[in-house]
Amino acid sequence: MSILHTVNKSPFEKNALSECLTHSMDGSAILLLEDGVYAAMQGTNFEADVKNALASKKVYALGPDIKLRGLSNDRVIDGIELVDYAGFVDLTESNDKVQAWL
Amino acid sequence: MPIEVDGKSLEVDEEGYLANLNDWVPGVAEVMSKEDDLELTDEHWDIINFLREYYEEYQIAPAVRVLTKAVGKRMGKDKGNSKYLYGLFPYGPGKQACRYAGLPKPTGCV
Amino acid sequence: MSDIKKFMYVNRRAPYGTVYALESLEVVLIGAAFDQDVSLAFIGDGVYQLKSDQDSSEADQKNFSPIYQALGDYDVTKLYVEKESMEERGLSLDDLMPLTYEDEDDDWAEKDSIRVVTRDEMKELMEQQDVLFNF
Repeated sequence: MSILHTVNKSPFEKNALSECLTHSMDGSAILLLEDGVYAAMQGTNFEADVKNALASKKVYALGPDIKLRGLSNDRVIDGIELVDYAGFVDLTESNDKVQAWL
Repeated sequence: MPIEVDGKSLEVDEEGYLANLNDWVPGVAEVMSKEDDLELTDEHWDIINFLREYYEEYQIAPAVRVLTKAVGKRMGKDKGNSKYLYGLFPYGPGKQACRYAGLPKPTGCV
Repeated sequence: MSDIKKFMYVNRRAPYGTVYALESLEVVLIGAAFDQDVSLAFIGDGVYQLKSDQDSSEADQKNFSPIYQALGDYDVTKLYVEKESMEERGLSLDDLMPLTYEDEDDDWAEKDSIRVVTRDEMKELMEQQDVLFNF
């Protein structure tokens, strides 16, 4: 029954994150990857939206994509769980569907 | 199409540049220069090694005029000029020396 | 009448997710051969291109941020970064790579290439250009 939502676009460039947040059920999992990881950082204009989602949903971010972009794990929003590629695979396995917001 | 260096066969592209930067060994420059009928001296090696260091730092092969300026700064004005560099590498210090150094074709060489 | 034109490359995208940032750099480096008055603007997600500490050791893409360090050698010495774009992303100048060039006309003194400008100043700068390229 559960869906893993993935977002790979910068929230500033595309509305993929916003639409994902408004179209995902409480309790679902959201994975930020590629340019989507910019939304995982503190201090952006989207921080409030992400924090709001964290109240009812699980939010993950892909560590290697954070590192590639020079972003610091210390500045990831509290409550977001960092995963590596193996963790990404686990997430796809533990949810029965994946919706990729492109 | 591949070149034989130290008993190994290495891929090159259609212009003769090494396909994989990590394949480079000094023998690559030896083999390529022999094909061009050019004998490599210490002066050639200074430039080849300089190019490899430049690539390591900046991730690009410099254009000729950038190479010329950078060599001048590092090794002195008598070497940082196109007459000296073309004397060493008659097919063009950018293209020929980068090829020997295992780098891609210089960025900004038109 | 001088035939030197003012060229501005306007960078609007984050690196890695799309190929725009790298393509722009290549065009800038090739275009630098033509002795024009070149500047780079970084607005919107483009400011992410200059983030320090980019590290590809766990990713399968090449970290191309060292190329920005070579811009000074190519006489590309004016990198305008928009203040508001940084602020919207929780970034400040301290989060960017230090980029410098050596000023030939000032005894090779090392100078900063990055200039933080406001959105209003950026608009003015764009107005002053002869040619604008958008990436």
